[in-house]
Amino acid sequence: MPQPQTIIDKLWSAHEILRRDDGESLLWVDRHYVHEGSFHAFAKVAARNAKVAEPQLTFAVTDHYVPTRRPHSEISNPELARMVRQLEENTAAHGITLFGLDDPRQGIVHVVGPEQGLTLPGLLIVCGDSHTSTHGALGAYAFGIGASEVAHVLMTQTIWQKKPKKMRITVDGATAPGVSAKDIVLAVIAHIGADGATGCALEFSGAAIRALSIEGRLTLCNMSIEAGARCGIVAPDAATFSYLKGRPYAPSGAQLDQAVEFWSKLSTDSDATFERDVTLDAKNVAPIVTWGTSPEDALPIDASVPDPAREANTERAAHWRDALAYMGLAPGNRLTDIAIDRVFIGSCTNARIEDLRAAAAVLAGRTSKVPGLVSAGSSLVKQQAEQEGLDRVFREAGLQWGESGCSMCVGLNGDLVAPGERCASTTNRNFRGRQGPGARTHLMSPAMVAAAAVKGHLADVRELLAGRKV
Amino acid sequence: MDNFHTLTAVACPIDLINLNTDQILPARYLKWTRAMGLGNVLFQDLRFDAQGRERADFPLNNPAWRHAKVIVGARNFGCGSSRESAVYALYDYGIRCVIAPSFGDIFSGNAVQNGLLTAIVTDEEVAEIMAALVRAPKLALTIDLERQSILCNNRSYAFSIDPVRRMRLLNGWDDIALTESYRDRIAAFRTGVHAQRPWTFPHS
Repeated sequence: MPQPQTIIDKLWSAHEILRRDDGESLLWVDRHYVHEGSFHAFAKVAARNAKVAEPQLTFAVTDHYVPTRRPHSEISNPELARMVRQLEENTAAHGITLFGLDDPRQGIVHVVGPEQGLTLPGLLIVCGDSHTSTHGALGAYAFGIGASEVAHVLMTQTIWQKKPKKMRITVDGATAPGVSAKDIVLAVIAHIGADGATGCALEFSGAAIRALSIEGRLTLCNMSIEAGARCGIVAPDAATFSYLKGRPYAPSGAQLDQAVEFWSKLSTDSDATFERDVTLDAKNVAPIVTWGTSPEDALPIDASVPDPAREANTERAAHWRDALAYMGLAPGNRLTDIAIDRVFIGSCTNARIEDLRAAAAVLAGRTSKVPGLVSAGSSLVKQQAEQEGLDRVFREAGLQWGESGCSMCVGLNGDLVAPGERCASTTNRNFRGRQGPGARTHLMSPAMVAAAAVKGHLADVRELLAGRKV
Repeated sequence: MDNFHTLTAVACPIDLINLNTDQILPARYLKWTRAMGLGNVLFQDLRFDAQGRERADFPLNNPAWRHAKVIVGARNFGCGSSRESAVYALYDYGIRCVIAPSFGDIFSGNAVQNGLLTAIVTDEEVAEIMAALVRAPKLALTIDLERQSILCNNRSYAFSIDPVRRMRLLNGWDDIALTESYRDRIAAFRTGVHAQRPWTFPHS
């Protein structure tokens, strides 16, 4: 009898070229995504007079530095234009396909990869961006790396890694209406902590995970880095195969049959064990918002801001005090009493078509009490949303409808939350200054951001969904 | 890459959990090349207020700790964004070692690539070292990577570090040269992948 294996073991061994005596393995990289921020790595390649080893396995996207308000594919800000031009030059020099500014397939790298069928089950995928964990939603082993490692992958198509510990998060049961993948993953992070999965590869399993659409699974795996995980994985299933069918770079015909046969074996054997197992019941997950400056500072919307004086752990109490001062909140404030200045719907976490539909379902026929921006995850998502009339819903509610990019998640491209402003946001990080110096970010699902927009304060979306089709 | 053996230097305690790479280096400096002086903007928004004045309560602004080569931090130091520029900023400021109970995975991987030691001790030990530094800010720590020890006020603490990372720091390895020595095995593996999983090579 062969040893029972987890999906993590199976993906690992399918990519291990060699393992040294010290335990470090050299892994084959199937897919490497690069973006404007990869310029450090291209400079390292140039410094060695080296070539990109596998340009046909490397794909580039402009996302981090592209303004969302850009007429005719032009960037007026010279610094941002230079960042985009640098990527154009580097990819042209090495023969790498670029989904650039004027390409209809442009968008956020973690949205474009799955959308184009470049991200497939069983692949090992890296990118110089921590949210590369997103791609695990399709059953890939995907993780973020730094610039030195990006340079190494460009030159060798391999990466040195030590096999991480294995952790499984099982979410049983079914979620209630108004509760999304974002709420599940925020509940997980609040439960295990922002370092709860550090050093681990994470498999998500259970009925509530199986019930998620591919979009929902992408949100889930996207945020696994916010629990410190190396990567997050959902085993591929019929929903995965159906999502991939007909996508431009996905296999087709006989090759698809061959691939599906391989992909179908990518699940954890029933007797396989994990170093750590955590179980949650989906029925206990309510719509969640963050109140502090770490994604672990997350609570159900009907809760109140916690009191550091009542926290026994002194380190955590100190963090809470610091977070409350930065966020301009006091212990005991009801979350639903927190007034907001702005909303943002976008980012690699929550800007896929399903996310935009969920927000639009709440906003339809209503007005936002605060200004806000909606930036679709890709130019193709934007196009589809426009075909469905979602752009009209957002515009009629008073929100701006921008082009696709990392936008107000990352503070790099001109989309910023002003100092002291409070933003209800579908993004992944409520870090101090993440959306701009002094910005105060509350993370939540797209539907919850829409609810906050309608009310002008953090609000329970379930009250706004009564009688609506979602 | 410079290698690391021992270091005796002033250490600055920064008692903030989940101190993420957005704090170490704010995003607006990510378009900078290293030559533009990333060390000058290390912890920019924690060190300075919106008017560019130093925040007196940030430890690295304490005259005793201004020239520290070691940071003693709290759990999950360097979590968040994969930006290697955060490591460049620390290194170019003069930091050669960060001691903490845990680190963000990507951050500690980036650190070893650049000769920055990330040394792991327990929460209690970090608290003791921080307390010692607050009592005697000019106290120098001695960090010995060969022995995996930190000497603080005549007390020795054992720290942990992944053995591969330790060897890399001691020897200052060049990863790419090492990998290229396996060129034939990589080529053979590629051939196998191409034959067994042809769909992994996209053609559109």
